Amino acid sequence: MAGIIEEENDDRVPIRLRPEWSDVTPIPQDDGPNPVVPINYSEDFSEVMDYFRAVYFANEHSSRALSLTAEAISLNAGNYTVWHFRRLLLESLKVDLNVEREFVEKVASGNSKNYQIWHHRRWVAEKLGLEARNSELEFTKEILSIDAKHYHAWSHRQWVLQTLGGWEDELNYCNELLAEDIFNNSAWNQRYFVITRSPFLGGLKAMRDSEVLYTVEAIISYPENESSWRYLRGLFKDESALYVNDTRVSSVCLKILKTKNKYLFALSTLLDLICLGYHPNEDLKDAVEALRPSNFGKQDSDIARTICSILEQVDPIRVNYWVWRKSRLPQEEEELRHCQEHRHQGRVGFVDGVTSLRKEGFESEFDC
Amino acid sequence: MGELATDKHVRYILSVEKKKDSFESVVMEHLRMNGAYWGLTALDIMGKLDTVDVNEVVSWIMSWGFGGNVGHDPHILYTLSAVQVLALFNKLDVVDVDKVTTYIVSLQNEDGSFSGDIWGEVDTRFSYIAICCVSILHRLDRINVEKAVKYIISCKNMDGGFGCTPGGESHAGQIFCCVGALAITGSLDLVDKDLLGWWLCERQVKSGGLNGRPEKLPDVCYSWWVLSSLIMIDRVHWISKEKLIKFILDCQDTEKGGISDRPDDAVDVFHTYFGVAGLSLLEYPGLKPIDPAYALPVDVVDRIFFSK
Repeated sequence: MAGIIEEENDDRVPIRLRPEWSDVTPIPQDDGPNPVVPINYSEDFSEVMDYFRAVYFANEHSSRALSLTAEAISLNAGNYTVWHFRRLLLESLKVDLNVEREFVEKVASGNSKNYQIWHHRRWVAEKLGLEARNSELEFTKEILSIDAKHYHAWSHRQWVLQTLGGWEDELNYCNELLAEDIFNNSAWNQRYFVITRSPFLGGLKAMRDSEVLYTVEAIISYPENESSWRYLRGLFKDESALYVNDTRVSSVCLKILKTKNKYLFALSTLLDLICLGYHPNEDLKDAVEALRPSNFGKQDSDIARTICSILEQVDPIRVNYWVWRKSRLPQEEEELRHCQEHRHQGRVGFVDGVTSLRKEGFESEFDC
Repeated sequence: MGELATDKHVRYILSVEKKKDSFESVVMEHLRMNGAYWGLTALDIMGKLDTVDVNEVVSWIMSWGFGGNVGHDPHILYTLSAVQVLALFNKLDVVDVDKVTTYIVSLQNEDGSFSGDIWGEVDTRFSYIAICCVSILHRLDRINVEKAVKYIISCKNMDGGFGCTPGGESHAGQIFCCVGALAITGSLDLVDKDLLGWWLCERQVKSGGLNGRPEKLPDVCYSWWVLSSLIMIDRVHWISKEKLIKFILDCQDTEKGGISDRPDDAVDVFHTYFGVAGLSLLEYPGLKPIDPAYALPVDVVDRIFFSK
C-alpha cells in the first residue's frame, strides 16, 4: 500500500491545478468535531477524496469521474463507496470491461487480500460471461503461484468453475500444486471440490478408488500430513462401512506404525476404524504394542485403550482430547451389562451402524 | 511468563482512537467503525470503558449513518459494529430498529445466504453478521432463519469445518461465523461437534498459539476465532489453555502496550482486541467474561436479552 502511494506521488499534478476540474468545488470530509490533522502522505488522498465527494454527491456520470475513482482506488483500494460508484459509472458509460479487467489486475498486484478488489473482479467477469473464463482461471493461477493458500483467489476460482466452467484441467492443476507442496490444505480442499463437483468426473463414488490410491501414496511420503489423512476419511464420507472394509486404509496405518516414526495420524485413524467396528489383526496389535513406551504403567485392556494411552503421551498438548476419546470407548464386560440396563432410559445410542455405548452426550454423529 | 499489562493496553487503545493522522487511519479509514468496536470492546473487557466519552462516540456513530465512515454507503460489516458499540454503551435506543432491520432483511437471498451489500457479494461472514445484528435488535423473526441455517450447513466440509461458500476451504474465521450464527439461532445440533472440535484443537501448535488452517502460522486472532468456536461447541478443554495464555502474553508490547499477531511483531488494535478477548474466554483473572457468540461482554448480552 505504501509503495503505491509513493509511486503515484512522484509526478502527480494536484487536481485543483488541473483545468478539467476547475468547475468543481471539492467537498471536505466532515469528520465530527475534531479536525483531521493534515499530514504529508495523506494530502493527495484527502484532495482526491474531496473531489470524489463532489462528483459523488452530484451523481456526475462522466469519464473524468471515472478517472477520479481510479485515482482514489490507487491511493486506497479499500474504500467501499469508490468501488460502488465506479461500477455505476462503468455501467452508465458503457465502458469496455476488458479494459476494466486490466485495471483491476494492476490494482490487485499490490492488494491481493482486499475484499473489494475480488468482488469487483467477479462483477466484471460476471458481466463479460464466458469470454472471461480462461483469463480468470489464469489470473487466480498467477496469484496462487505466489501464495498457494490465498483464500480469496481460491474462492474466486471456485466461483469461476461453477459459473463459467473450465473444469477439464482442474484435477491436473491440483496434482501440480500438491506435487509442489503436499501439505497445501487449500489444494487438497480444491481436489475434494473437483472430485465431488466436476461434471466430467462422475462424482465421489466414481473417483473413490483412484483417489484412495493417490492419497495412500501421499500419506506414505509424509505421514505427518493432517490434510491427506482427512482427505482419505472424506473419500468415505457417509460410507463408514466401506471405510472400515477397505484394506488399503488399515494397511497404510500398519505401514506407518511399523516405521515407529510420525505415526500420530496413523494411530488416530486406526482408533477411528476400531470405533467404527474394525477388528485389527495381530500385525496391527503388535505394531501398536511396539509403540508403548517402556515406562508405561499397567497394560491397557484392549488395543483401542492402548492407542489412546500412547496418544496421550505423544500428543500432550491435546491430552484431554485423547483422554476423552478413551472415556468414550465401549466399557468392559461388567460395565457393559450395567450400561445395557440403562438402555431403555435412552442413555445409549447407535452410531454409524455400530453399537456405541456412551456415558453422556448424544449430539454428534461420528465418534465412539 | 509475564502478566497482562492491562494499564498499558488501555493507554495504547485510547491513543490509537485519538490518532486520526496516522498512516493506519488513512488506509484503514473505511474500517474505522470496526476499529471502534475492537478497541471499545477490549476496553470494556478490561473494565475501562468509562475512560471514553459516551456522547462523543454515540454522536460519531450516528453521523456515519451506519456506513463505514462519513460518506460511505451502508455495508453490513459496519452495521453490526455500530450496533455492537451502541450495545456496549447501553444506547441501543438511538437505533432506528425498523430501518436497520429492513436493510438487513433486504440482503437475504433466495437460498438463505446473505449479501454484504446491494452488489451481492455472498459469504458466510455476512450470514453471521446479519443474524447477530437482528438478534441484538430483537428482530430475529424478520429474517428467514430456516433458510439461513440451511445455507450455512451447505458450507460444512468433510472435516467438520465451514468455508465462505459451499465447497470453500475450512477456515477458523469462517467457522466462528457459522458456529456463532448457528448458536444464536439455536441450531448447534447441526454441527458435528466432535469432528469439528478435533479439527479446531489440531490448530494448536507447539508454541501454544493457534493457526486458522493446517500448516499456517499461529496468530493471536485465532485465540478468538478458534477458542470462541470451541467454547460454543463445548470442547474448549481439548486444547492446552496454559500454553495458549503464554502465547498471547508473549505477543504483548509490555513497554508501549498493545498486542501483536506473533511475538515481537508490531501491535495493532485488532490483535489487541483478539488477545484480550481470548484471555477473557480463558478466564484470565481481572477480565470481564465475553460471550463467544455475540462477541460482546456477557453483562452487555444479559442486559440486551434479560432486562426487557
